[in-house]
Amino acid sequence: MQKPYLSLSLVCKTFNRGAATTEVLRDVSLDVAQGEYVSIIGHSGCGKSTLLNIVAGLTEVSNGVVLLENREVTEPGPDRAVVFQNHSLLPWLTVYENVKLAVDKVFGAAKTAKERHEWTMFSLELVHMGHAKEKRPAEISGGMKQRVGLARALAMEPKVLLLDEPFGALDALTRAHLQDQVMAIHARLGNTVIMITHDVDEAVLLSDRIVMMTNGPAATIGEILPVPLARPRQRVALATDTAYLTCRAAVLRFLYERNRFVEAA
Amino acid sequence: MSLAARQLTPEETSSSGVAAAMPTATVVAFPSAPPPIGAKLRALVAFAAERLLPPAIVLFVIGTIWQLACSQPGASLPPPSQILNDSWELITNPFYDRGGLDKGLFWHILASLKRVAIGYAIAAVTGVALGTLIGQSRLAMRGLDPLFQVLRTVPPLAWLPLSLAAFRDGQPSAVFVIFITSVWPIIINTAVGIRNIPEDYRNVARVLRLNPLEYFVKIMIPAASPYIFSGLRIGIGLSWLAIVAAEMLIGGVGIGFFIWDAWNSSLIGDIIVALVYVGIVGFCLDRLVVTIANAITHGTAGN
Repeated sequence: MQKPYLSLSLVCKTFNRGAATTEVLRDVSLDVAQGEYVSIIGHSGCGKSTLLNIVAGLTEVSNGVVLLENREVTEPGPDRAVVFQNHSLLPWLTVYENVKLAVDKVFGAAKTAKERHEWTMFSLELVHMGHAKEKRPAEISGGMKQRVGLARALAMEPKVLLLDEPFGALDALTRAHLQDQVMAIHARLGNTVIMITHDVDEAVLLSDRIVMMTNGPAATIGEILPVPLARPRQRVALATDTAYLTCRAAVLRFLYERNRFVEAA
Repeated sequence: MSLAARQLTPEETSSSGVAAAMPTATVVAFPSAPPPIGAKLRALVAFAAERLLPPAIVLFVIGTIWQLACSQPGASLPPPSQILNDSWELITNPFYDRGGLDKGLFWHILASLKRVAIGYAIAAVTGVALGTLIGQSRLAMRGLDPLFQVLRTVPPLAWLPLSLAAFRDGQPSAVFVIFITSVWPIIINTAVGIRNIPEDYRNVARVLRLNPLEYFVKIMIPAASPYIFSGLRIGIGLSWLAIVAAEMLIGGVGIGFFIWDAWNSSLIGDIIVALVYVGIVGFCLDRLVVTIANAITHGTAGN
């Protein structure tokens, strides 16, 4: 059997604050194939973000190991680009400069200045933000900021794209629009994506597999649901699709009748 | 990327769509006509009436009260009319130079500004460096912060005898007093700014693997610059406060000693003219720092 692209083996995380010890994650194991779109869903405080930060290398594991292409993840790096929940663009830089900072850092040696400029513009055009390149983050809407954050992450050509509730702070219409763009980009570039969400529809619409987390403390993976829907997916057509509704119902059951599921499992 | 290939996003189309839907034709037609001079003039007058008239009235009222209060015989301070009369040369010709200390106010102010510039420049560099250190390192903060909190409350002039003893010369002592006065707010504000850098920016830097120098230049300084500039602004105000007092004691050319000299010669009018100059220069220094701050931080520093 082929080795998985990204694998988490028995990942545990405990936080120590003074004498108090909190076990956030216990024995989380997950294999992700290249080009796969995996969502992690769970209630607040179940350690979803901690799990993402561990993959990103921003948080160290207490136990267990994360392997990306058979190499252990020990520190953050541009091969695991993160789109943060609150976009975290640098407000003193323009949209263009925010993306260019990442491009210059990642491809400073590999590309010429002209190529880096073109790559920056290409990344901005991917999210349809080329027109706003001279604007500062304070001058654009929340949805646009999140798109620039996405462009910055995509510009690093990451092996794994990590999305931390990327659309959580947006209104429903903007969110739908951005989800469509992410699907289009995923179809075009074939990125491996791990996305954290608490939106059931978002998880079903975008993912190849949905990882459902049990409640914390000591949260772990409760169930993994494959989403057998053909791509490209159309949100309107799927609204009445049986497979879609089945998946949706399964996630809802897990989230809202969780105890019964854990006993059954 | 060519313009033709560029796609319009919903934001774009909606904003241009709104503009197109509005009856803009009549609105656009007006500016294309030759600009009416009357309207421009009216705008200027309106601005003057709004912004310049109130302070002018206040000044006039204060001047009148002052004139009335100080006109009766035996008044200890001269009325404005007498100041204009006595100090006319000082007011109208700030550039005269008859050698020694008998110079126009411009030369005195210039000498003071030079001292401030040197002392303040050293304070700005040291303050930002030390502030970065204690903002960044918990150990440095524990070690240095108590010391700074005590030292910053020492009045500027209390440092002067010590610095005279150390430097044995008036000039470096005055510069030192400026430095020691303005450095504290710069240190403390920088440290707060560094400590308040959002975790997100640090994470961005970590994902990008910025090295410490890149992190300092590209993240830390810009992120903390609103705080740093408010420290710099307090600092410039304090140094201008301190220079007048320090110069009164060290002597030589400078606005502080000019005021002291005028007092010794009982030229009360000259003192008042000098005070007006000191105030205006202090105001300009403050505005200068605010302008630089806004230019560098693109308005995020506020004012």
